[in-house]
Amino acid sequence: MVKTDVKIGGLNLKNPVLTASGTFGYGIEFADFVDLNKLGGFIVKGTTLNHREGNPYPRSAETPMGMLNAVGLQNKGVDYFASNIYPQLKDFDTNVIVNVSGACIEDYVACAEKVAALDKIPAIELNISCPNVKQGGMAFGVQAASAAEVVSAVRKAYPKTLIVKLSPNVTDITEIARAVEGAGADSVSLINTLLGMAIDSEKRRPLLSTITGGMSGPAVKPIALRMVWQVAKAVKIPVVGIGGITTGSDAVEFLLAGASAIEVGTANFMNPAVTGEIVDYIEDYLVRHKMNSIDELIGALEV
Amino acid sequence: MKKVLVDLTIREVEQLNATCVLLLMTAESPLPAVLPGQFAELRIDGTPTVMLRRPISIHSFSPEKNEIGFLVQLVGDGTRWLGNLKAGDKVNTLLPLGNGFTLPTDKNANLLLVGGGVGSAPLYYLAEELKRGGYNFTLLIGARSAKDLYRRDAYEALGRVEYTTEDGTLGQKGYVTNHTVLGEKFTQIYTCGPKPMMLSVAKYARENNVPCEVSLENKMACGLGACLCCVEDTKEGHKCVCTDGPVFSIDELKW
Ligand SMILES: Cc1cc2nc3c(=O)[nH]c(=O)nc-3n(C[C@H](O)[C@H](O)[C@H](O)COP(=O)(O)OP(=O)(O)OC[C@H]3O[C@@H](n4cnc5c(N)ncnc54)[C@H](O)[C@@H]3O)c2cc1C
Ligand SMILES: Cc1cc2nc3c(=O)[nH]c(=O)nc-3n(C[C@H](O)[C@H](O)[C@H](O)COP(=O)(O)O)c2cc1C
Ligand code: FES
Repeated sequence: MVKTDVKIGGLNLKNPVLTASGTFGYGIEFADFVDLNKLGGFIVKGTTLNHREGNPYPRSAETPMGMLNAVGLQNKGVDYFASNIYPQLKDFDTNVIVNVSGACIEDYVACAEKVAALDKIPAIELNISCPNVKQGGMAFGVQAASAAEVVSAVRKAYPKTLIVKLSPNVTDITEIARAVEGAGADSVSLINTLLGMAIDSEKRRPLLSTITGGMSGPAVKPIALRMVWQVAKAVKIPVVGIGGITTGSDAVEFLLAGASAIEVGTANFMNPAVTGEIVDYIEDYLVRHKMNSIDELIGALEV
Repeated sequence: MKKVLVDLTIREVEQLNATCVLLLMTAESPLPAVLPGQFAELRIDGTPTVMLRRPISIHSFSPEKNEIGFLVQLVGDGTRWLGNLKAGDKVNTLLPLGNGFTLPTDKNANLLLVGGGVGSAPLYYLAEELKRGGYNFTLLIGARSAKDLYRRDAYEALGRVEYTTEDGTLGQKGYVTNHTVLGEKFTQIYTCGPKPMMLSVAKYARENNVPCEVSLENKMACGLGACLCCVEDTKEGHKCVCTDGPVFSIDELKW
């Protein structure tokens, strides 16, 4: 048996395969296609302190090998999550991670505190990078000082593993990564979606109700891979790679670039069984390349 | 209902006219049960511009033949790819998705099914099931012109069918909501088609106090209730068309 487990802060993952927030619902939507317990973990929908209706329809547009979304963090709020969703998730033999969002520091902290009270949630992913909400969200993640400020505040209130999700819509992502590392993050995950736009030329109208939205899918992979590689060299904490991962070999590329774990997002829409297939691929890759442990793969890019 | 991811094999492609095909497909193992009004998400392979699956309603379903039918209007790269498939080709399919129409329980129900263009696709399977259940129903199908009406023999074999065409080439001239059949007393309406048509059917239903279910076609990504892209703004807030729908009672909608 090859060793596939990895450690992210205090979090033990049986393998590096996670799912990206907002693309995997609460996991159970995919239970007919994937044995959820087979995954390293899954990251549930963006959760906020209060209920949010999200943005008006239309909220998505397909683009060449990618898509734009402008869901805008629709969710019923953290209390609803705790009383109605959490009971359905707490007995899975895997890590369920909550993606926490907010419009102001107080909201992030209050939401993180409520998630901290849930025994079976070992970590949060702090979303300081959502491009789809007017206030807060990405605004925190695009400046080192505000990113550090929100992370410090949440760090004080949240004792378990704190992963901070970074925005690619910045000049130098390594600067933000170092700032949140300094503020106490246990790990950084990247990338969130890239700000993009699509137009219906016949109707002369934007395809999204919000005009601009977040781009994801295979088209963003080269950018994501480059950023993961840069950040992995810039920080000491583990990096979680996200962006366009669609196949097992995509996942291996991110591990080679220095990611300790990966998240699969848009690919779940193309193939709802893909996460299980990626777990198998990585195991098989290690065997084929005569590696005993995934540690031999992480950051093993030869340049 | 348990959903499956299955490679369907094309048995037959029937070109109904220049922009519409009927795909009859089968699977190696028995297909899961599906309800009228449910849909499937078909993966489009080998087309660089299409990444997401395409949602298509279940047009016909036969457990005996282990056969499922899709009526596809060729509007873009994804549907054109489907239209070019040949017998023996495979299509990776996710099904059954969505809720489906509420079937009547009262044997004396008098049902009206209103379809427009390719939007009438799911009404065929609904009519098959209603016929099997011995219900009394009328199908009212509208189109621009007689040449835009598909599979007329198949529909007519199921029961009473009325037509309207905008150019008067078949049935009564005008829109479905002008048809004289609407003067009769119905106990339930089911409708699927272009939104302006469904809006006017909904208006008729409200005015005449007839319960009415409509099938919506919002843009989708996952089809599983996970991405929240397909939402309709209902009286109870945003609901997913892929899981809470595609069929809604007009009482739930803001229209
Ligand atoms: C629940 C559901 C059931 C459906 N059932 C059927 C069916 O039985 N038969 C059938 O032919 N089609 C059906 N559709 C519509 C079908 O999914 C779209 O026509 C298809 O996705 C278009 O893909 P494309 O790549 O060919 O075109 P694209 O390149 O994606 O689009 C071409 C044009 O079609 C328009 N379009 C795309 N998607 C939709 C949509 N969902 N509704 C209206 N216009 C759209 C686009 O705006 C564009 O103008 C259904 C849609 C839904 C949501
Ligand atoms: C429909 C959709 C909804 C998303 N919602 C969230 C969210 O709530 N919180 C978050 O941090 N990221 C969200 N994301 C971003 C993804 O988690 C991921 O970072 C991004 O899509 C890039 O990965 P991918 O190319 O594999 O999809 C969303 C993405 C999509 C496509
Ligand atoms: S299409 Fe993803 S939630 Fe409906």
